[in-house]
Amino acid sequence: MTEWLVAGLVLVGAVFMCLAALGVLRLPDLLTRMHATTKAATLGISLVMLGVAIHFAEEAVVARAFGIILFIMMTAPVAAHIIGRAGYFVGARLWDGTVKDELKPHYDPLSHRLDSGLESERCDKVDERDRDA
Amino acid sequence: MSTIFLISLAVMALALCLTFIRLFRGPSLPDRVVAMELFSSILVGIIGVVAIATDVALLLDVAIVVALMGFMATIGFARFLERGGPRDD
Repeated sequence: MTEWLVAGLVLVGAVFMCLAALGVLRLPDLLTRMHATTKAATLGISLVMLGVAIHFAEEAVVARAFGIILFIMMTAPVAAHIIGRAGYFVGARLWDGTVKDELKPHYDPLSHRLDSGLESERCDKVDERDRDA
Repeated sequence: MSTIFLISLAVMALALCLTFIRLFRGPSLPDRVVAMELFSSILVGIIGVVAIATDVALLLDVAIVVALMGFMATIGFARFLERGGPRDD
């Protein structure tokens, strides 16, 4: 019974990893590729490590397996965020079908500055004050 | 039972091959970094399956180290890219 559960978990995890690889190969641009790798690969590793924990059923091994799951779940979003940010700054081209790029009006590629929307309001106020004076 | 482990190893090997195509072809450096991160993730899964199939629990330590190295490499490449890597590769 347990063996079949382990086998099923491992097989489903492997299929999810294959889906992640398929996504990274087929999807059109950097951000969509990242969307495939982070979620599907994290789920695949989690399932395989769950299988490892059930198969061995000792405290030390279960702790390590859950440690790996926790580590992957904590680091995958951080790594995706950081590489997506770097990719945008380097100028990775977005897909042609991209509907909205909300970062574009706020980012100046020459000075490498990123402003929030509030700064422009403050500038407008300063302009108004200058005009009044 | 071992047949199912063999099948999942084959599926993961196929995933490694697909990822390698993207690593080889990827138009820009960030794409390659993403493929490399997926590579290390799949490697962690393969090590887990081998640990089950051979009953060697010590292999999980190797998996932890591989996961850590993949994360560190990604962070390092991202820093390198932000501090003036190739602008339009």
